Amino acid sequence: MMNLVETADVAKAYGDFVALDGVTLSVREGELVSIVGPNGAGKTTLVNVLTGMLAPTRGIVRFKGNDIAGIGPVRLAEHGMARAFQLVHIFPALSVAETIAIAVVSRTGKAFRFFGSVRGDDAVMQRVREVAAIFGLEGKLDSEARLLSQGEKKLLDIASAFALAPEVILLDEPTSGVSSADKHGIMRTLIDAARRGGVKAIILVEHDMDLVAEYSSRIVALQAGKVLADRPPAAFFSDPALINAVVGKMPAQRH
Amino acid sequence: MRVAAIIAALVALAVLPRVVSPYFVTLMLPAFAYGIALLGFNLLFGYTGLLSFGHALFVAIGAYSAAVMTAKLGVKSFELIVLGAAFAAVLVAIPVGLLSVRYVRIFFGILTLAFGMLFHSFLFKFYDITGGDTGLRVLRPLLLGFAFQDLDKTAFLVGPFYYYCLALLALLGFVMWRIVGSPFGLHLMAIRENRRKAEYLGVRARLFCLLAFAISAFYCAVGGVMLAIGIGQADPELAYWTHSGELVFMTVLGGFANFFGPLIGAFSYIFLKSQLMSITEYWRFVMGVILVLIVVLFPRGLVGVAQTAWARIKRS
Repeated sequence: MMNLVETADVAKAYGDFVALDGVTLSVREGELVSIVGPNGAGKTTLVNVLTGMLAPTRGIVRFKGNDIAGIGPVRLAEHGMARAFQLVHIFPALSVAETIAIAVVSRTGKAFRFFGSVRGDDAVMQRVREVAAIFGLEGKLDSEARLLSQGEKKLLDIASAFALAPEVILLDEPTSGVSSADKHGIMRTLIDAARRGGVKAIILVEHDMDLVAEYSSRIVALQAGKVLADRPPAAFFSDPALINAVVGKMPAQRH
Repeated sequence: MRVAAIIAALVALAVLPRVVSPYFVTLMLPAFAYGIALLGFNLLFGYTGLLSFGHALFVAIGAYSAAVMTAKLGVKSFELIVLGAAFAAVLVAIPVGLLSVRYVRIFFGILTLAFGMLFHSFLFKFYDITGGDTGLRVLRPLLLGFAFQDLDKTAFLVGPFYYYCLALLALLGFVMWRIVGSPFGLHLMAIRENRRKAEYLGVRARLFCLLAFAISAFYCAVGGVMLAIGIGQADPELAYWTHSGELVFMTVLGGFANFFGPLIGAFSYIFLKSQLMSITEYWRFVMGVILVLIVVLFPRGLVGVAQTAWARIKRS
């Protein structure tokens, strides 16, 4: 399988502090790759490098074979990678339909239409309704984002990223701030939406080892800016020393 | 409902010159001019979330373009003057905007303020080109090629010029209405609400801020042309920073969160100012009190007050 996202020997230093030190990894089509590690291991820096926010000090970062080092969010979206943040990012005063339409408009290259009506564009609104339906927001199209529940805001945040029809989506703790009863529900919604929406790979940054164990096809563990391990879940969770180094606890037993 | 209200307002404005004194009709000219300028200003402020404290710069460019074109270059066609002034404003707006839209919030405001003050001192210092503190005379233009020579100045202003300006306000208002409802307008609002998130959704934040800046300069310049023709003079006070403040005042007074707020603000401000000036020399003080009350009690401006009242009436 082709590498969708790959890094080779990526390093990022802030002055004397080395946040990433020779990270090489790849994400292939069909995979859900989890990035785990203790606080300060370099996850956030890696995510920022992978999404073109930060240019690495050394090394290569590619998406579909193109160099994406430091290209910035807009061109990243054009290339076909979307990112959802750990903290909920919404447009408080815009409606659910408008929020999703922002991404649909970018995706379809209609942003430079200065006179056409968004609401009157059937193709855009059709796609908005489709995306909203995937995330169970079809009944809330006209609600302002700020009036949604916390869980709905989270879904809307991710729905807008999906509306870009990305090939790769990077999810930064998508279930943070969601009750533990709902977290599997949200993850399943996301993965199902990704599959239906043509997303070819998911990169997941996650603290919650239950979710990592359940949904990953591969786990990349970071420690002090280096890749400590890059294994499938079975091999990962059968190594107590590794788990201890990364999180300090085993995932809960599943029945 | 909304369309009916707009048509009613346009009809009322169209019959106004027949029912009120010419004095009130001449008051409407600056209201039209500011209405147009503020439609542009609010694309930047209300829709994109960028508060400029220097947009008097573009109003003044409109006014001085009108002066230079009519009195110095002998261009009398109002249509050409409007286009020339708007072109000049956009030409200035591109470098000013390029520098300013890299910043947000207060830094954007301060930078635009600085550019406005630069232009004001330019008008003062380059006496030969700008007439310094006396400014420049603006001659009566031709409207669609007609001179209306049999009309005296007031008759021209309250007659053909009034209707021309009203038509231009309606036209530019319609264009702006389409812009804010367009995909471009949606992306501007996305920038206002959450610039970082917007960029991850493919919104070209900096370019679109620049385009909004240029469009706002276009509208302000058209307003400036009208203002200058109404007064017959392009005055350096038009570029003074307090004039930029007045633009902000009018927009907040009417309500920047609503498309029609700036228009309501322009008309209310002009009317209020003329009434207060005839009552007291401390009219600026009264205006200040009104601004404080609006910001504290009615942050959504007069339109917000009207909407709240309307909702109450409907409920009871």
